[in-house]
Amino acid sequence: MLGALVIVFREVIEAGLIVGIVMAATRGVLGRGRWVGTGVIGGVAGATVVALFAGAISEAFSGAGQELFNAAVLGIAVVMLMWHNAWMARHGRAIAAEMREVGAAVSKGAKPLTALAIVVGLAVLREGSEVVLFLYGIAASGTSGMSLLLGGVLGVAAGAAFTALTYFGLLAIPTRHIFSVTSWLIALLAAGMAAQAVQFLNNGGFLLVLGGTLWDTSWLLSEGGIVGRLLHTLIGYTERPTELQLVTYVCTLLAMALLMRLLRPAPPRREFPAAAE
Amino acid sequence: MVTAVSKTLRPAAIAFLIALAPIAARAQSYTITLKDHRFQPSELKVPSGKRITVTVVNEDPTPEEVESRELKFEKVIAGKSKGVVRFGPLAKGRYPFFGEYHEDTARGAVVAE
Repeated sequence: MLGALVIVFREVIEAGLIVGIVMAATRGVLGRGRWVGTGVIGGVAGATVVALFAGAISEAFSGAGQELFNAAVLGIAVVMLMWHNAWMARHGRAIAAEMREVGAAVSKGAKPLTALAIVVGLAVLREGSEVVLFLYGIAASGTSGMSLLLGGVLGVAAGAAFTALTYFGLLAIPTRHIFSVTSWLIALLAAGMAAQAVQFLNNGGFLLVLGGTLWDTSWLLSEGGIVGRLLHTLIGYTERPTELQLVTYVCTLLAMALLMRLLRPAPPRREFPAAAE
Repeated sequence: MVTAVSKTLRPAAIAFLIALAPIAARAQSYTITLKDHRFQPSELKVPSGKRITVTVVNEDPTPEEVESRELKFEKVIAGKSKGVVRFGPLAKGRYPFFGEYHEDTARGAVVAE
C-alpha cells in the first residue's frame, strides 16, 4: 500500500505544485476558483482519455507518438505561461494596488485565466494519465488490489494537501510582492518545461542536435529523490542536462524577461495612493 | 487569433516532422521483454557512439513506466503492449534503467562498449 501511495503522490505533487503556483498567481481575481477547477476537471477527464488510448498514442508516429504528445503538451503550456506573464506585466501592478476593486481588471482578466486554466489542465492531464494507468494496472491485477488502490487514493489526497501547502506558503508573501514572485516562478516553470519538451523531441528522434550531456550533478542532488523531483518541476532541475536543454532553458527565460519588459506599462501614473510601493 | 496561428503553423510543422523523420530510421535496434515485472535481458550490450532504438515488449497485463535518468528517457508502456525507446549516441559505460511502477524487480542496464 505504501508503495502505491508513494508512486501516486510523486505524480500528483508535480501537477500540484503548478496548481498551487497558479492559484497564488491569480490571487484577488474574481472567479479564478472556477477557472482553476475547470482546468483540474478537464485535466482529469483528459488524463482518463489519454490513459485509455495510451497504446494507440504510443504506437503513432512510428512509436514516437508519446514523445510528440508530451512535447506538444509542454510546448502549449510554455506558450500559455508566457501569455499569462505578459498580461501580468501589463496589468499586475494595478491588480496588486486595487486588490479590492478588481472588478474592472477581471473582464480583461478573462484571457490570462483561460491561459492558466489550460496550464492547470495540461499539468493534470500529463501527470494524471500516469496515475490513471497505474491505478488501472492495480485494479486489473485483482485480489491484492484493494490495499494498493487505497494507497493510490491516499496518494492523491496527500498530493492535494501538498498543493494546499504550496498555495498557502505562497500566500504568506506580502501582497505587494506576490505578483513579482509568482511571475518569476512561472518564468522558471516555463523554462523547465521547454527544456523537458526538447528532450522529449530528442527521445522521439525529431531533434538530434546538441545532444551531448553537459554535466552530471546526480551525486549532489538526484532527480529520483523527492527534493530533486520538486525542483525538476519547479525550476526544471535536470541532473544531466544536454546542451540543447540548457540553450532552450536560457532562451525561454530571456524571451520571457524581454516580453515582460516590453509590455510593462510606461512610467506609472500616480493616480492612486502609492501604497503598493 | 490562436486558430489563425495554428492554421499557419500546421503545414510548417508537418513539413518539419517529415524532413526529420528519416533520422530516426538510422539507428541500431534491439528488443527487451518485460515479464513478471522483470526485464529480459536485464543487461543490453550496445555499441557506443550510435543512436539506439529499443522496443520494449510488455507481456505483463499491467502498465509500466520505463525510465532512466542516465539515458534521459521516460516512457509509459500499457499492459500487453509495446513501446519504442530511443537514446544515444552514448559514451562507453553502464546506464541503468528501471520500471517506475515495480522498482524493486524491474531493473536493467544498457552497457555501451
